[in-house]
Amino acid sequence: MGAQTAVMQENAGRAGPDLNTQALRTDARRESLRLLALLSPSLLLVFAIIIVPIGWLFWLSLFDEAGGFSAANYARFFEQASYIKTFVTTFKVAFIVTGACVLLGYPLAYMLSQLPRRAASICLIFVILPFWTSVLVRTYAWLVILQRKGLINSWLIDLGVISQPLSLANNLSGVVIGMTHILLPFLVLPLYASMKTIDTDCLRAGMNLGAGPVATFRQIFFPLSLPGLASGVVIVFVLCLGFFVTPALMGGGKVNMWAMRMEQTTSLYSNWGAGAALGVVLLVVTLALLGLFQWLLGARATGVWSSR
Amino acid sequence: MSIAPSALPIGMRGIEKRFGSVPVLRDLNLDVEAGEFLTLLGPSGSGKTTLLMILAGFVRANAGSIRVGGDEIITTPPHKRNIGMVFQNYALFPHMNVFHNIAFPLKQRGVAAAETAERVEKALDLVKLQGLGERRVDQLSGGQRQRVALARAIVFEPRIVLMDEPLSALDKGLREHMQIELRALHRRLGMTTVYVTHDQREAITMSDRIAVMNGGRIEQLDKPESLYARPQTQFVASFIGESNFIPVECRNGSVWYEDRRIHTAAATPAAGQYLMVLRPEKLRLLATAEPTSGVNVLNATLSDIIYQGDSFVCYAVLRDGRQLTLRDYCRSDVLAKMPAPGQPVSFGLDAQDTILVAAD
Repeated sequence: MGAQTAVMQENAGRAGPDLNTQALRTDARRESLRLLALLSPSLLLVFAIIIVPIGWLFWLSLFDEAGGFSAANYARFFEQASYIKTFVTTFKVAFIVTGACVLLGYPLAYMLSQLPRRAASICLIFVILPFWTSVLVRTYAWLVILQRKGLINSWLIDLGVISQPLSLANNLSGVVIGMTHILLPFLVLPLYASMKTIDTDCLRAGMNLGAGPVATFRQIFFPLSLPGLASGVVIVFVLCLGFFVTPALMGGGKVNMWAMRMEQTTSLYSNWGAGAALGVVLLVVTLALLGLFQWLLGARATGVWSSR
Repeated sequence: MSIAPSALPIGMRGIEKRFGSVPVLRDLNLDVEAGEFLTLLGPSGSGKTTLLMILAGFVRANAGSIRVGGDEIITTPPHKRNIGMVFQNYALFPHMNVFHNIAFPLKQRGVAAAETAERVEKALDLVKLQGLGERRVDQLSGGQRQRVALARAIVFEPRIVLMDEPLSALDKGLREHMQIELRALHRRLGMTTVYVTHDQREAITMSDRIAVMNGGRIEQLDKPESLYARPQTQFVASFIGESNFIPVECRNGSVWYEDRRIHTAAATPAAGQYLMVLRPEKLRLLATAEPTSGVNVLNATLSDIIYQGDSFVCYAVLRDGRQLTLRDYCRSDVLAKMPAPGQPVSFGLDAQDTILVAAD
């Protein structure tokens, strides 16, 4: 500080294009250093809990069971049909669950967005309520409801609708029902938030210009709700890809998902390299999908939706 | 498009609207002539926007009738009313470009693509946005958005156009420019227009007639010049233009302010208490305090002079403590006889500029 003041005093008598340039440049450098120093704790944290583990995971995946450096862990994905089957199942479940969430969640979010403020916040509590109980508890609850002698089957049989119990749990439908229930709020919340931002005057303008209620919804409300729907879909889809508890409990061993494969590989076979490779593949595929999605959305945003 | 769409008159009868138990419009009657530019002017909460929303069909009235031409439309849904509307925030569709925004009403009416393109082009021409059809809405300036909203509201040749404070988001220069353009466009197209604003100067500039609204009622419906020159209530006199009021009394067929007789041009109203409306530009500085024939003299003490370049404003206080305001142009003869603040001053008001209103 003292030296700086001295320089400035020294320069004070002198006028010209480079008056105090040195002092100003030093000051600018000092400011960026200070900002970096302030950022360093969070940068360290990110490095320690994200960069290092992922790097380690990647590193582990390059060693086979004997500890030798090889690409065997990756080659296995192409050689063994069971891996490909698991991969396909994972994406199949993710697509079905995401689709089910959209079908159930869109009307729900739409209703919430149209309700008066008070009623909407009360209903929102019911949407968020399941978050307060653990996934495990909710999954077991579904098992009780859906199993062969569960609530639904015994009701349906008592009512005479069916004679044989439906197989609702321990298969794909059980997994889909359980996961849809758990992931629905992740779609509804961003969708509701984006629907709330749609200008009601735009809808009024649509009607004023001759569009009936259905046309106004289809041509104005729905397109304007798409960004919120897209973020909800991305969240649900990505969460599906790594889901473990529900498919493990509700699938009855018939629905093998990627995360279950990882668990088996690491805890059953203690093959850490193979497990790490599974993690890396899931990460890369997820990132690629997100990138594709981003690119599609970006193309939509820059090119006006002029067709239609 | 350059020919007037068959403009239709609007007749509103007994419109009542309550929000809960709060009355917003009370037994409102209003006739808008075919092709007329009528402005609803009033402070916020006067019910002007609610009335416009009822006309557009977005708000349901509790009672009343709206006839357009001969047809009752009070229960017609908004999309079947065939009324164009310019919204305060424009309400352009953000996911469509300029062309598709303007083509929207034509698409709803099943107009063929070629004709749509032609009519959108003409509408863009009319609002001076030629060649901007492919622009995204967020690439437009406020003034351009305003024009797109206008083009969208008139492209389907509606029988009536409603405008809800369409210029309030623009800066002053652009607003004044758009006022003149809107006026010219209305002259050219001749559609029946109902315009809502709280800006009295804008209303006076643009309108054929102005309905001054207050507390859910129409206080006065008149041509701008009549409204200014002959306000009928204290509210109208204070809302339109600047005014000071002094209490006067009518007795024995003449008007009195304190012990002084006021010269008036109009017939003296019935005996009772009234307010005299003093417009700043109708007052002038007098050289002497002597009464002159046909001129009312008000003696006061000058409190301040504000210089505004082309004009100046004098603030003076009457003996009873009421404030007077005088505005005049900066001519050397006026400036020469200007007293200093604190000195006595005499203001003159011609008999024909005397306005009396009932006290509210």
